[in-house]
Amino acid sequence: MHDGHDHDQARDHDPHAPIEDTHEVTRFEKRAAAIQALLIEKGVVTADEVRRAVEDLDARTPAQGARVVARAWVDPAFKARLLSDTKAAVAELGIDLGSLPPVKIVENTERVHHVIVCTLCSCYPIAILGLPPAWYKSLSYRSRMVADPRGVLREFGLELGREVEVRVVDSTADLRYMVLPARPAGTEHLGEAELARLVTRDSMIGVTRVRAAQER
Amino acid sequence: MPQVHDRGGWPGGGPIDRTEHARSAWETQTHGLLNVLAAKDLMRVDELRRAIEGLGPAEYEQLGYYDRWITAIEQVMVEKGVVTREEIDRKVRELEAAKRW
Amino acid sequence: MVSVEASPGPSRFNPGDRVRVRTALPAGHCRTPVYVRGKTGTIERLHGRFRNPESLAYARDGLPQQPLYLVSFPQRDVWAGYPGPSRDRVLMDLYEHWLEPA
Repeated sequence: MHDGHDHDQARDHDPHAPIEDTHEVTRFEKRAAAIQALLIEKGVVTADEVRRAVEDLDARTPAQGARVVARAWVDPAFKARLLSDTKAAVAELGIDLGSLPPVKIVENTERVHHVIVCTLCSCYPIAILGLPPAWYKSLSYRSRMVADPRGVLREFGLELGREVEVRVVDSTADLRYMVLPARPAGTEHLGEAELARLVTRDSMIGVTRVRAAQER
Repeated sequence: MPQVHDRGGWPGGGPIDRTEHARSAWETQTHGLLNVLAAKDLMRVDELRRAIEGLGPAEYEQLGYYDRWITAIEQVMVEKGVVTREEIDRKVRELEAAKRW
Repeated sequence: MVSVEASPGPSRFNPGDRVRVRTALPAGHCRTPVYVRGKTGTIERLHGRFRNPESLAYARDGLPQQPLYLVSFPQRDVWAGYPGPSRDRVLMDLYEHWLEPA
């Protein structure tokens, strides 16, 4: 989910380049720069450490989660390992959860639909999916998803029948939850890479389901 | 009356704005900084949350997500005597004078 | 802070147990949402033991580690006038010292 805004490119070349666009530097952005500079000056952190932490965050994207889902769909033994020891299983796919909070997978089926929220702050499985979308962190999502999940899902375009059990998972402690979405019908002929391309970030949060590709 | 951060079921939540927002550099830097501090056990996610929860209700609701984060990081670093507010104020003025922005 | 002392012994609850969330009103940081306080739910799973966030939030060591459970609640028991079907549930991770037998 790489953005191509000009101001980010200008910053890559020269952090002192004049701001060409309407980016307004708030007092918080200034404060952040000052605090970081001071912590580096005082030897509390190094510029390199912060740079590597930023690179690590940027490298984590929903595509990682999509590969995990696709593998779980085609390989039942992998899926069993994924559900019992997520960290070890995703490491098989080259995804290193490192010292980030543990990820717990919840599985969606025809009968049971999980959806994830963090009402107290914005806990999210960053290690597998990267940083969350702004709407996930919004006060509105946090307040409404637990109290009226079907209404919120409807807003996201997902209508679930009353025979489906909706289970809202509020991430209140150190575990970060991710949905293993149900594999849609009509995908039996697809290979693992093609399946991964169908899996969206939103389906791994649970606000949508995965759709089989449209016929051309 | 629940605390301002305890939002489950909070009344008045309107339609969810699903606009995708580009993440700005300073925001990712702030998140990276917190991760580095946490890895060194200099500041924990629990302390970040606690400091954010301590913002007044108006501030909590009006500040952006990473605005709350940097306010909380400042709070905890000052609490622990790692930096002072005056040092931060001075550094902001220094960076402004050097045309950082 | 919740006044009940954490037990260092074996975990108190098993999957399937009915538990009620305490209605304490702590002054400090806690991770039990107000919307389930006083509500009765079911233990789904014991995740293991984790350091107590209520203590970690104030630069203390969070020890002794607390059992952490995944607990589920029927939505209709949590929200008056919940519009969905009775099978819908809300789940969250709760620390043992916030739970008592129902």
